[in-house]
Amino acid sequence: MNLTLKIWRQKNADTKGKVVTYQVSDISEDMSFLEMMDVLNEQLIDKGDEPVAFDHDCREGICGSCSLQINGEPHGPDRGVATCQLHMRKFKDGDTITIEPFRAKAFPLIKDLVVDRSSFDRIQQAGGYVSVNTSGNTIDANSIPVDKESADMSFYAATCIGCGACVAACKNASAMLFTSAKVSQFALLPQGEVEADRRVLQMVEQMDKEGFGNCTNTGACEIECPKGISLENIARMNREYLKASVK
Amino acid sequence: MAKSALLKSSLAKKYWMAFTGLFLCLFLIGHLLGNLQLLIPVSEGARDQFNEYALFMATNPAVKILSYLTYISILFHAIDGIWLTITNRRARPQGYVSFKPSTNTIWASRNMGVLGTIILAFIAVHLYQFWGQLKFGSLDDSLYTTANDQEVTDLYTLTIQTFQDPQYGLIWAIIYGFSMLAIGFHLYHGFSSGFQSLGVNHPKYNGFIRKLGYAFAILVPLAFAVIPFYIYFILEKI
Repeated sequence: MNLTLKIWRQKNADTKGKVVTYQVSDISEDMSFLEMMDVLNEQLIDKGDEPVAFDHDCREGICGSCSLQINGEPHGPDRGVATCQLHMRKFKDGDTITIEPFRAKAFPLIKDLVVDRSSFDRIQQAGGYVSVNTSGNTIDANSIPVDKESADMSFYAATCIGCGACVAACKNASAMLFTSAKVSQFALLPQGEVEADRRVLQMVEQMDKEGFGNCTNTGACEIECPKGISLENIARMNREYLKASVK
Repeated sequence: MAKSALLKSSLAKKYWMAFTGLFLCLFLIGHLLGNLQLLIPVSEGARDQFNEYALFMATNPAVKILSYLTYISILFHAIDGIWLTITNRRARPQGYVSFKPSTNTIWASRNMGVLGTIILAFIAVHLYQFWGQLKFGSLDDSLYTTANDQEVTDLYTLTIQTFQDPQYGLIWAIIYGFSMLAIGFHLYHGFSSGFQSLGVNHPKYNGFIRKLGYAFAILVPLAFAVIPFYIYFILEKI
Protein backbone atom coordinates (compact mmCIF):
# COMPACT_ATOMS: atom_id res chain seq x y z
CA MET A 1 0.00 0.00 0.00
CA ASN A 2 1.01 3.60 -0.55
CA LEU A 3 0.77 6.05 2.31
CA THR A 4 1.22 9.72 3.09
CA LEU A 5 2.92 10.30 6.43
CA LYS A 6 2.72 13.56 8.32
CA ILE A 7 5.48 13.35 10.89
CA TRP A 8 6.54 15.77 13.62
CA ARG A 9 10.19 16.69 13.01
CA GLN A 10 12.16 18.59 15.63
CA LYS A 11 15.94 18.69 15.87
CA ASN A 12 16.05 19.08 19.65
CA ALA A 13 14.23 20.59 22.60
CA ASP A 14 15.54 24.08 21.84
CA THR A 15 14.46 24.33 18.23
CA LYS A 16 10.98 24.71 16.85
CA GLY A 17 9.43 21.63 15.31
CA LYS A 18 7.05 21.19 12.40
CA VAL A 19 5.04 18.58 10.58
CA VAL A 20 6.83 17.21 7.50
CA THR A 21 5.03 15.17 4.85
CA TYR A 22 6.59 11.99 3.42
CA GLN A 23 5.42 9.38 0.93
CA VAL A 24 6.08 5.67 1.37
CA SER A 25 5.15 3.05 -1.17
CA ASP A 26 4.86 -0.74 -1.40
CA ILE A 27 4.16 -1.15 2.30
CA SER A 28 3.00 -4.66 3.12
CA GLU A 29 -0.09 -4.93 5.30
CA ASP A 30 1.75 -7.60 7.31
CA MET A 31 4.38 -5.12 8.43
CA SER A 32 4.26 -3.70 11.91
CA PHE A 33 3.97 0.06 12.20
CA LEU A 34 7.60 0.34 13.30
CA GLU A 35 8.74 -1.73 10.30
CA MET A 36 6.94 0.79 8.12
CA MET A 37 8.89 3.52 9.94
CA ASP A 38 12.10 1.54 9.24
CA VAL A 39 11.23 1.55 5.53
CA LEU A 40 10.78 5.31 5.65
CA ASN A 41 14.08 5.77 7.47
CA GLU A 42 15.99 3.61 4.97
CA GLN A 43 14.47 5.73 2.24
CA LEU A 44 15.61 8.90 4.02
CA ILE A 45 19.13 7.56 4.65
CA ASP A 46 19.46 6.58 0.97
CA LYS A 47 18.62 10.14 0.05
CA GLY A 48 21.14 11.45 2.57
CA ASP A 49 18.42 12.90 4.83
CA GLU A 50 18.24 12.65 8.58
CA PRO A 51 16.16 9.61 9.60
CA VAL A 52 13.16 10.09 11.91
CA ALA A 53 14.07 9.40 15.54
CA PHE A 54 11.59 7.21 17.42
CA ASP A 55 11.77 5.03 20.52
CA HIS A 56 11.63 1.24 20.27
CA ASP A 57 13.26 -1.77 21.82
CA CYS A 58 11.65 -5.19 22.27
CA ARG A 59 9.06 -4.77 19.51
CA GLU A 60 6.80 -7.30 21.19
CA GLY A 61 4.73 -5.11 23.51
CA ILE A 62 6.69 -5.73 26.68
CA CYS A 63 9.26 -3.00 27.18
CA GLY A 64 7.03 0.07 26.84
CA SER A 65 9.58 1.96 24.74
CA CYS A 66 7.53 2.69 21.66
CA SER A 67 5.42 5.73 22.12
CA LEU A 68 3.84 7.22 19.03
CA GLN A 69 0.68 9.28 18.84
CA ILE A 70 -0.82 7.94 15.61
CA ASN A 71 -3.77 9.74 14.03
CA GLY A 72 -4.63 11.37 17.34
CA GLU A 73 -4.42 8.25 19.50
CA PRO A 74 -1.50 6.81 21.46
CA HIS A 75 -0.35 3.55 19.87
CA GLY A 76 -2.79 4.16 17.01
CA PRO A 77 -6.31 3.01 16.26
CA ASP A 78 -5.98 -0.59 17.47
CA ARG A 79 -6.90 -1.45 21.08
CA GLY A 80 -4.81 -3.37 23.59
CA VAL A 81 -1.56 -3.10 21.64
CA ALA A 82 1.57 -0.98 21.73
CA THR A 83 2.78 0.75 18.55
CA CYS A 84 5.17 -2.13 17.85
CA GLN A 85 2.21 -4.57 17.75
CA LEU A 86 0.13 -2.35 15.49
CA HIS A 87 -0.03 -3.77 11.98
CA MET A 88 -0.34 -1.90 8.72
CA ARG A 89 -3.49 -3.89 7.91
CA LYS A 90 -5.28 -1.49 10.23
CA PHE A 91 -4.75 1.18 7.55
CA LYS A 92 -5.93 1.48 3.97
CA ASP A 93 -4.03 2.14 0.78
CA GLY A 94 -3.85 5.90 0.20
CA ASP A 95 -4.33 6.80 3.89
CA THR A 96 -2.70 9.84 5.43
CA ILE A 97 -1.24 9.03 8.83
CA THR A 98 -0.28 11.73 11.33
CA ILE A 99 2.55 10.69 13.65
CA GLU A 100 3.45 12.80 16.68
CA PRO A 101 5.36 12.38 19.92
CA PHE A 102 3.50 11.88 23.23
CA ARG A 103 2.76 15.40 24.47
CA ALA A 104 3.07 16.42 28.11
CA LYS A 105 5.05 18.97 30.08
CA ALA A 106 6.41 16.07 32.13
CA PHE A 107 7.53 14.29 28.91
CA PRO A 108 9.92 16.86 27.42
CA LEU A 109 10.78 16.28 23.78
CA ILE A 110 14.30 15.08 22.97
CA LYS A 111 14.16 14.74 19.21
CA ASP A 112 11.47 14.15 16.54
CA LEU A 113 9.20 11.51 18.09
CA VAL A 114 11.36 10.72 21.12
CA VAL A 115 10.33 12.10 24.50
CA ASP A 116 11.97 11.84 27.91
CA ARG A 117 9.76 9.68 30.12
CA SER A 118 12.15 9.55 33.08
CA SER A 119 9.46 11.30 35.15
CA PHE A 120 7.84 7.85 35.33
CA ASP A 121 11.09 6.42 36.68
CA ARG A 122 11.20 9.09 39.38
CA ILE A 123 7.60 8.34 40.42
CA GLN A 124 8.54 4.66 40.66
CA GLN A 125 11.69 5.48 42.62
CA ALA A 126 9.68 7.60 45.07
CA GLY A 127 8.03 4.51 46.52
CA GLY A 128 7.17 1.90 43.93
CA TYR A 129 9.12 -0.88 45.56
CA VAL A 130 9.08 -3.24 48.53
CA SER A 131 11.99 -2.96 50.98
CA VAL A 132 12.15 -6.63 51.78
CA ASN A 133 15.58 -8.00 52.36
CA THR A 134 15.98 -10.58 49.65
CA SER A 135 19.48 -11.72 50.53
CA GLY A 136 20.30 -14.44 53.01
CA ASN A 137 17.45 -16.28 54.65
CA THR A 138 14.85 -15.69 51.95
CA ILE A 139 11.59 -17.31 52.90
CA ASP A 140 9.46 -19.31 50.52
CA ALA A 141 6.99 -17.02 48.71
CA ASN A 142 4.15 -19.43 49.35
CA SER A 143 4.56 -19.16 53.10
CA ILE A 144 2.54 -15.92 52.97
CA PRO A 145 -1.02 -16.75 51.95
CA VAL A 146 -2.47 -14.49 49.24
CA ASP A 147 -6.01 -14.91 47.99
CA LYS A 148 -6.42 -15.59 44.29
CA GLU A 149 -8.43 -12.43 43.58
CA SER A 150 -5.84 -10.11 45.12
CA ALA A 151 -3.01 -11.96 43.40
CA ASP A 152 -4.77 -11.61 40.04
CA MET A 153 -5.61 -7.93 40.54
CA SER A 154 -2.06 -7.21 41.60
CA PHE A 155 -0.76 -9.04 38.56
CA TYR A 156 -3.05 -7.10 36.21
CA ALA A 157 -1.82 -3.83 37.73
CA ALA A 158 1.76 -5.02 37.35
CA THR A 159 1.31 -5.63 33.63
CA CYS A 160 1.64 -1.84 33.15
CA ILE A 161 4.67 -1.36 30.93
CA GLY A 162 5.04 2.34 31.74
CA CYS A 163 4.80 3.45 28.12
CA GLY A 164 3.00 6.70 28.92
CA ALA A 165 0.00 6.16 26.63
CA CYS A 166 -2.27 7.09 29.56
CA VAL A 167 -0.61 10.49 29.82
CA ALA A 168 -0.65 10.95 26.04
CA ALA A 169 -4.35 10.09 25.76
CA CYS A 170 -5.48 12.16 28.73
CA LYS A 171 -6.72 15.63 27.86
CA ASN A 172 -5.09 16.76 31.13
CA ALA A 173 -1.82 14.84 30.60
CA SER A 174 -2.44 13.10 33.91
CA ALA A 175 -0.27 10.22 35.07
CA MET A 176 -2.76 8.77 37.49
CA LEU A 177 -3.35 5.50 35.66
CA PHE A 178 0.38 4.72 35.65
CA THR A 179 0.92 5.82 39.26
CA SER A 180 -2.17 3.99 40.47
CA ALA A 181 -1.10 0.77 38.73
CA LYS A 182 2.27 0.96 40.47
CA VAL A 183 0.58 1.71 43.80
CA SER A 184 -1.96 -1.08 43.33
CA GLN A 185 0.42 -3.87 42.41
CA PHE A 186 1.91 -3.61 45.90
CA ALA A 187 -1.09 -2.41 47.90
CA LEU A 188 -2.96 -5.58 47.01
CA LEU A 189 -0.33 -7.90 48.45
CA PRO A 190 0.61 -8.47 52.09
CA GLN A 191 4.29 -7.84 51.27
CA GLY A 192 3.43 -4.39 49.98
CA GLU A 193 0.95 -3.45 52.64
CA VAL A 194 3.65 -2.72 55.22
CA GLU A 195 4.87 0.36 53.34
CA ALA A 196 1.54 1.23 51.72
CA ASP A 197 1.03 4.65 53.34
CA ARG A 198 4.51 5.96 52.71
CA ARG A 199 4.46 4.59 49.18
CA VAL A 200 1.24 6.24 48.05
CA LEU A 201 2.02 9.60 49.68
CA GLN A 202 5.48 9.79 48.16
CA MET A 203 4.51 8.56 44.70
CA VAL A 204 1.63 11.03 44.43
CA GLU A 205 3.85 13.84 45.70
CA GLN A 206 6.43 13.01 43.02
CA MET A 207 3.72 12.76 40.37
CA ASP A 208 2.54 16.27 41.25
CA LYS A 209 6.11 17.59 41.28
CA GLU A 210 6.71 16.32 37.75
CA GLY A 211 3.95 18.57 36.42
CA PHE A 212 1.40 16.02 35.28
CA GLY A 213 -2.23 17.16 35.11
CA ASN A 214 -5.13 16.08 37.31
CA CYS A 215 -7.45 13.20 36.66
CA THR A 216 -10.97 14.22 35.64
CA ASN A 217 -12.17 10.63 35.18
CA THR A 218 -12.71 10.86 31.42
CA GLY A 219 -11.49 7.28 31.10
CA ALA A 220 -9.40 7.87 27.95
CA CYS A 221 -6.34 6.30 29.61
CA GLU A 222 -8.05 2.99 30.29
CA ILE A 223 -9.21 2.68 26.68
CA GLU A 224 -5.86 3.61 25.13
CA CYS A 225 -3.72 1.58 27.55
CA PRO A 226 -2.03 -1.25 25.59
CA LYS A 227 -2.33 -3.45 28.68
CA GLY A 228 -5.92 -2.51 29.59
CA ILE A 229 -5.03 -1.20 33.03
CA SER A 230 -8.36 -0.48 34.73
CA LEU A 231 -9.64 2.78 36.23
CA GLU A 232 -10.32 0.69 39.31
CA ASN A 233 -6.64 1.21 40.11
CA ILE A 234 -7.10 4.99 40.23
CA ALA A 235 -9.99 4.55 42.66
CA ARG A 236 -7.78 2.25 44.74
CA MET A 237 -5.02 4.88 44.77
CA ASN A 238 -7.59 7.50 45.82
CA ARG A 239 -8.64 5.24 48.72
CA GLU A 240 -5.08 4.43 49.70
CA TYR A 241 -4.08 8.08 49.62
CA LEU A 242 -7.10 9.24 51.63
CA LYS A 243 -6.40 6.53 54.20
CA ALA A 244 -2.72 7.46 54.42
CA SER A 245 -3.43 11.22 54.57
CA VAL A 246 -5.77 11.11 57.55
CA LYS A 247 -3.49 8.88 59.60
CA MET B 1 3.33 15.60 55.05
CA ALA B 2 -0.02 13.99 55.59
CA LYS B 3 -1.80 17.23 56.49
CA SER B 4 -0.58 19.25 53.54
CA ALA B 5 -1.27 16.21 51.36
CA LEU B 6 -4.94 16.47 52.23
CA LEU B 7 -5.04 20.13 51.20
CA LYS B 8 -2.55 20.68 48.45
CA SER B 9 -2.08 17.50 46.45
CA SER B 10 -3.75 16.74 43.14
CA LEU B 11 -5.75 13.98 44.80
CA ALA B 12 -7.00 16.27 47.56
CA LYS B 13 -8.40 18.60 44.90
CA LYS B 14 -10.28 15.63 43.51
CA TYR B 15 -11.70 14.71 46.92
CA TRP B 16 -13.01 18.22 47.50
CA MET B 17 -14.40 18.40 44.00
CA ALA B 18 -16.22 15.10 44.49
CA PHE B 19 -17.37 15.84 48.01
CA THR B 20 -18.80 19.27 47.22
CA GLY B 21 -20.29 17.97 43.95
CA LEU B 22 -22.11 15.09 45.61
CA PHE B 23 -23.32 17.39 48.39
CA LEU B 24 -24.75 19.69 45.70
CA CYS B 25 -26.59 16.68 44.24
CA LEU B 26 -28.39 16.36 47.57
CA PHE B 27 -29.19 20.06 47.45
CA LEU B 28 -30.71 19.58 43.99
CA ILE B 29 -33.13 16.98 45.35
CA GLY B 30 -34.22 19.26 48.19
CA HIS B 31 -34.60 22.26 45.89
CA LEU B 32 -36.58 20.24 43.36
CA LEU B 33 -39.02 18.94 45.96
CA GLY B 34 -39.72 22.52 47.03
CA ASN B 35 -40.10 23.78 43.47
CA LEU B 36 -42.54 21.04 42.50
CA GLN B 37 -45.10 22.89 44.65
CA LEU B 38 -45.27 25.41 41.78
CA LEU B 39 -47.12 22.79 39.74
CA ILE B 40 -50.13 22.99 42.07
CA PRO B 41 -53.10 24.71 40.27
CA VAL B 42 -53.32 28.45 41.01
CA SER B 43 -55.29 29.19 44.18
CA GLU B 44 -54.98 31.13 47.41
CA GLY B 45 -53.92 27.88 49.06
CA ALA B 46 -51.12 27.23 46.56
CA ARG B 47 -49.83 30.77 47.07
CA ASP B 48 -49.92 30.45 50.86
CA GLN B 49 -48.26 27.04 50.83
CA PHE B 50 -45.38 28.16 48.61
CA ASN B 51 -44.80 31.43 50.46
CA GLU B 52 -44.85 29.76 53.87
CA TYR B 53 -42.43 27.17 52.54
CA ALA B 54 -40.15 29.95 51.22
CA LEU B 55 -40.29 31.71 54.58
CA PHE B 56 -39.46 28.48 56.40
CA MET B 57 -36.48 27.92 54.05
CA ALA B 58 -35.25 31.47 54.65
CA THR B 59 -35.59 31.50 58.43
CA ASN B 60 -35.22 27.97 59.84
CA PRO B 61 -31.78 27.76 61.53
CA ALA B 62 -31.06 24.22 60.31
CA VAL B 63 -31.94 25.17 56.73
CA LYS B 64 -29.78 28.27 57.12
CA ILE B 65 -26.75 26.18 58.03
CA LEU B 66 -27.44 23.91 55.04
CA SER B 67 -27.81 26.91 52.75
CA TYR B 68 -24.47 28.35 53.88
CA LEU B 69 -22.90 24.94 53.27
CA THR B 70 -24.46 25.02 49.80
CA TYR B 71 -23.01 28.47 49.01
CA ILE B 72 -19.60 27.38 50.25
CA SER B 73 -19.82 24.18 48.21
CA ILE B 74 -20.72 26.04 45.02
CA LEU B 75 -17.88 28.49 45.57
CA PHE B 76 -15.37 25.79 46.41
CA HIS B 77 -16.50 23.55 43.55
CA ALA B 78 -16.11 26.47 41.11
CA ILE B 79 -12.74 27.66 42.42
CA ASP B 80 -11.39 24.11 42.52
CA GLY B 81 -12.69 23.58 38.99
CA ILE B 82 -10.99 26.72 37.67
CA TRP B 83 -7.75 25.75 39.41
CA LEU B 84 -7.93 22.23 37.94
CA THR B 85 -8.58 23.58 34.45
CA ILE B 86 -5.59 25.94 34.66
CA THR B 87 -3.15 23.30 35.94
CA ASN B 88 -4.43 20.74 33.44
CA ARG B 89 -3.84 23.16 30.56
CA ARG B 90 -0.33 23.78 31.86
CA ALA B 91 0.37 20.06 31.89
CA ARG B 92 0.38 20.03 28.08
CA PRO B 93 1.94 23.27 26.85
CA GLN B 94 2.41 21.94 23.30
CA GLY B 95 -0.77 20.42 21.95
CA TYR B 96 -1.29 17.76 19.30
CA VAL B 97 -1.77 18.47 15.62
CA SER B 98 -4.24 15.60 15.57
CA PHE B 99 -6.08 14.65 18.77
CA LYS B 100 -9.17 12.45 18.75
CA PRO B 101 -10.63 12.39 22.24
CA SER B 102 -14.04 11.43 20.88
CA THR B 103 -12.68 7.95 20.19
CA ASN B 104 -12.14 7.25 23.87
CA THR B 105 -14.21 9.66 25.99
CA ILE B 106 -17.74 11.06 26.18
CA TRP B 107 -18.34 14.73 25.35
CA ALA B 108 -19.60 15.70 28.82
CA SER B 109 -16.47 14.38 30.54
CA ARG B 110 -14.25 16.63 28.43
CA ASN B 111 -16.35 19.75 28.85
CA MET B 112 -17.04 19.89 32.58
CA GLY B 113 -15.40 23.33 32.80
CA VAL B 114 -17.55 24.83 30.05
CA LEU B 115 -20.69 23.22 31.47
CA GLY B 116 -19.74 24.40 34.96
CA THR B 117 -19.29 27.97 33.72
CA ILE B 118 -22.76 27.94 32.14
CA ILE B 119 -24.18 26.59 35.40
CA LEU B 120 -22.38 29.23 37.47
CA ALA B 121 -23.74 32.00 35.24
CA PHE B 122 -27.20 30.48 35.58
CA ILE B 123 -26.89 30.36 39.38
CA ALA B 124 -25.95 34.06 39.43
CA VAL B 125 -28.97 35.02 37.29
CA HIS B 126 -31.30 32.70 39.21
CA LEU B 127 -30.18 34.04 42.59
CA TYR B 128 -30.57 37.63 41.45
CA GLN B 129 -34.02 36.91 40.04
CA PHE B 130 -35.59 35.20 43.04
CA TRP B 131 -33.36 34.97 46.08
CA GLY B 132 -32.26 38.61 45.65
CA GLN B 133 -35.86 39.77 45.40
CA LEU B 134 -36.78 37.79 48.49
CA LYS B 135 -33.86 39.15 50.50
CA PHE B 136 -33.79 42.73 49.37
CA GLY B 137 -37.15 43.18 47.66
CA SER B 138 -38.08 46.03 45.38
CA LEU B 139 -40.65 48.79 45.67
CA ASP B 140 -43.25 47.47 43.27
CA ASP B 141 -43.32 43.94 44.72
CA SER B 142 -46.56 42.47 45.81
CA LEU B 143 -46.34 41.50 49.44
CA TYR B 144 -47.50 38.44 51.29
CA THR B 145 -48.64 38.50 54.89
CA THR B 146 -47.51 35.36 56.67
CA ALA B 147 -49.42 33.33 59.23
CA ASN B 148 -47.78 35.36 62.00
CA ASP B 149 -48.49 38.75 60.37
CA GLN B 150 -45.09 39.32 58.82
CA GLU B 151 -44.94 41.11 55.49
CA VAL B 152 -42.59 39.43 53.04
CA THR B 153 -42.07 39.42 49.27
CA ASP B 154 -44.74 37.33 47.57
CA LEU B 155 -42.30 34.87 46.01
CA TYR B 156 -45.08 32.73 44.58
CA THR B 157 -46.59 35.59 42.56
CA LEU B 158 -43.14 36.84 41.57
CA THR B 159 -42.19 33.39 40.24
CA ILE B 160 -45.43 32.74 38.38
CA GLN B 161 -45.42 36.25 36.90
CA THR B 162 -41.82 35.91 35.74
CA PHE B 163 -42.61 32.85 33.66
CA GLN B 164 -46.06 34.04 32.56
CA ASP B 165 -44.76 37.40 31.39
CA PRO B 166 -46.18 37.76 27.86
CA GLN B 167 -42.97 39.34 26.57
CA TYR B 168 -40.19 37.54 28.43
CA GLY B 169 -41.84 34.51 30.06
CA LEU B 170 -41.01 32.09 27.27
CA ILE B 171 -37.48 33.46 26.89
CA TRP B 172 -36.88 32.87 30.60
CA ALA B 173 -38.31 29.36 30.30
CA ILE B 174 -35.92 28.64 27.41
CA ILE B 175 -32.94 30.06 29.34
CA TYR B 176 -33.89 27.89 32.32
CA GLY B 177 -34.39 24.86 30.09
CA PHE B 178 -31.00 25.35 28.44
CA SER B 179 -29.32 25.73 31.84
CA MET B 180 -30.93 22.50 33.01
CA LEU B 181 -29.55 20.80 29.90
CA ALA B 182 -26.07 21.98 30.97
CA ILE B 183 -26.68 20.65 34.50
CA GLY B 184 -27.86 17.36 32.99
CA PHE B 185 -24.66 16.89 30.99
CA HIS B 186 -22.57 18.03 33.97
CA LEU B 187 -24.24 15.40 36.16
CA TYR B 188 -24.06 12.75 33.44
CA HIS B 189 -20.31 12.64 33.98
CA GLY B 190 -20.07 14.23 37.41
CA PHE B 191 -22.27 11.92 39.45
CA SER B 192 -20.38 8.65 38.94
CA SER B 193 -17.10 10.54 38.62
CA GLY B 194 -17.57 11.83 42.17
CA PHE B 195 -17.76 8.28 43.49
CA GLN B 196 -14.66 7.27 41.52
CA SER B 197 -12.71 10.23 42.95
CA LEU B 198 -13.62 9.23 46.48
CA GLY B 199 -12.37 5.74 45.75
CA VAL B 200 -15.77 4.08 45.50
CA ASN B 201 -15.20 1.69 42.62
CA HIS B 202 -16.12 -1.94 42.90
CA PRO B 203 -17.25 -4.24 40.09
CA LYS B 204 -20.24 -5.20 42.20
CA TYR B 205 -21.56 -1.62 42.55
CA ASN B 206 -20.15 0.24 39.52
CA GLY B 207 -23.08 -0.63 37.29
CA PHE B 208 -25.57 0.57 39.89
CA ILE B 209 -23.71 3.84 40.54
CA ARG B 210 -23.42 4.54 36.81
CA LYS B 211 -27.11 3.83 36.16
CA LEU B 212 -28.16 5.85 39.20
CA GLY B 213 -26.00 8.71 37.91
CA TYR B 214 -27.56 8.58 34.45
CA ALA B 215 -31.07 8.45 35.93
CA PHE B 216 -30.24 11.38 38.23
CA ALA B 217 -28.70 13.37 35.36
CA ILE B 218 -31.77 12.93 33.20
CA LEU B 219 -34.67 13.01 35.67
CA VAL B 220 -33.67 15.80 38.08
CA PRO B 221 -32.83 18.50 35.45
CA LEU B 222 -35.86 17.40 33.40
CA ALA B 223 -38.18 17.86 36.38
CA PHE B 224 -36.64 21.29 37.05
CA ALA B 225 -36.96 22.28 33.38
CA VAL B 226 -40.60 21.24 33.16
CA ILE B 227 -41.64 23.82 35.80
CA PRO B 228 -41.10 27.12 33.86
CA PHE B 229 -42.63 25.67 30.69
CA TYR B 230 -45.59 24.34 32.67
CA ILE B 231 -46.10 27.76 34.24
CA TYR B 232 -45.95 29.46 30.83
CA PHE B 233 -48.04 27.08 28.79
CA ILE B 234 -50.38 25.23 31.11
CA LEU B 235 -50.82 26.91 34.48
CA GLU B 236 -53.80 29.27 34.83
CA LYS B 237 -52.75 32.92 34.26
CA ILE B 238 -52.55 35.15 37.33
